[in-house]
Amino acid sequence: MLRLSASGLSCVRGSRSIFHGINLELSAGQAIALVGPNGSGKSSLLRLIAGLLRPAAGRIDLTGGSAEQTPAEQAHYLAHLDALKPSLTVAENLEFWVSYLGGDVARVSAALGSVGLGALADLPAAYLSAGQRRRLSLARLVAVPRPLWLLDEPTSALDAAGQERLADLMRQHLAGGGLIVAATHGPLGIEAREIRLGAIP
Amino acid sequence: MSPLLAVLQRDMRLAVRVGGGALMGVLFFLIVVTLVPFAVGPDLAQLRRIGPAILWLGALLASLLTLDRLLAADQEGGSLDLLLMGATPLELVVLAKAAAHWITTCLPLVIATPLLGLFLNLEPLAIGAVALTLLAGTPALTCIGLIGAALSVALRRGGLLLPVLVLPLTVPVLIFGVAAANAAIVGPMSFGAPFMILCALSLGSLVLGPFAAAAALRHLE
Repeated sequence: MLRLSASGLSCVRGSRSIFHGINLELSAGQAIALVGPNGSGKSSLLRLIAGLLRPAAGRIDLTGGSAEQTPAEQAHYLAHLDALKPSLTVAENLEFWVSYLGGDVARVSAALGSVGLGALADLPAAYLSAGQRRRLSLARLVAVPRPLWLLDEPTSALDAAGQERLADLMRQHLAGGGLIVAATHGPLGIEAREIRLGAIP
Repeated sequence: MSPLLAVLQRDMRLAVRVGGGALMGVLFFLIVVTLVPFAVGPDLAQLRRIGPAILWLGALLASLLTLDRLLAADQEGGSLDLLLMGATPLELVVLAKAAAHWITTCLPLVIATPLLGLFLNLEPLAIGAVALTLLAGTPALTCIGLIGAALSVALRRGGLLLPVLVLPLTVPVLIFGVAAANAAIVGPMSFGAPFMILCALSLGSLVLGPFAAAAALRHLE
């Protein structure tokens, strides 16, 4: 069974210690919500797990998955920046990421439909609203199956219907044996264990 | 489609769409070359003598033009994070990006060279020699530029730093490119020797560039 564990994680950015001694335990079908004030290191913790930052101390293990892949290669990272190119159409943006991440391009239209962007496939991404851009980023998570989802404030910019859809997608992902670590300020709409950051002054 | 082909196709698409700047390189090349006769005067013999050097300088500056967006655009949009998280080796990903840059920026310069050679009163043989040396030498410019682009990607206004970093490193390419073109036109050296060195510089930077750029990006944080 897939299992994410992190022990004694410390993060130092620009000679400032963001957090230290963070422990995480997460197994298949579970979700963790990272909460805490601005600047408490929620995003940094997600980037550590995604392999985009190196921990100053501690280690991160993803066991039970593919032995040949790093945790980063088994994870989806949904950041504040949406990794979209304004001059490409909605479908082209998604097709690129699906091809790059090794998914099946045939799933693109179904994924767009599942986030409610099916009718906008041929529109350049420059004309999307903030919420629609977020939906397009979410479509990437649907189109390419990866077990670990790292979500940085996934509900931001989404309307009520969009948040409901996101909660549905997360529930399906967990039911399929996936893992979710989400940094959030508001309710996620799913059952999630809370880990509070920034308690240490 | 394989991940690398996807990167190549995306970058080429972006370059030819509005705001991509593939055509800007050729226009800039045209303007630099057109300005020179105004600056040095309409002496046809002199223009013919310095023609290869002007074409090479113009191509060098024009190839730098879109280089600062090569990786910075992906970094600002968040794409770079996801590119780093892929299963494809980063060295190959940046090589695919460099290939897209060469095809959309440098290849049009090589194709435009015969036309611009006419502006400088070059003879057909000279035009052919310059175009051939540019074809062989521009991959080195792109790959050296790739290292600069990766190093400057995290800096604000890194675009200004890039030419300062990259241009000194391109001096050998410029020297042997112009030397080979001149050797073909006026002699007395053979064309072969400097041209081989030019090819060697391209092949060397083709190997070194992606590794250096990938190493720089991995330490970005």
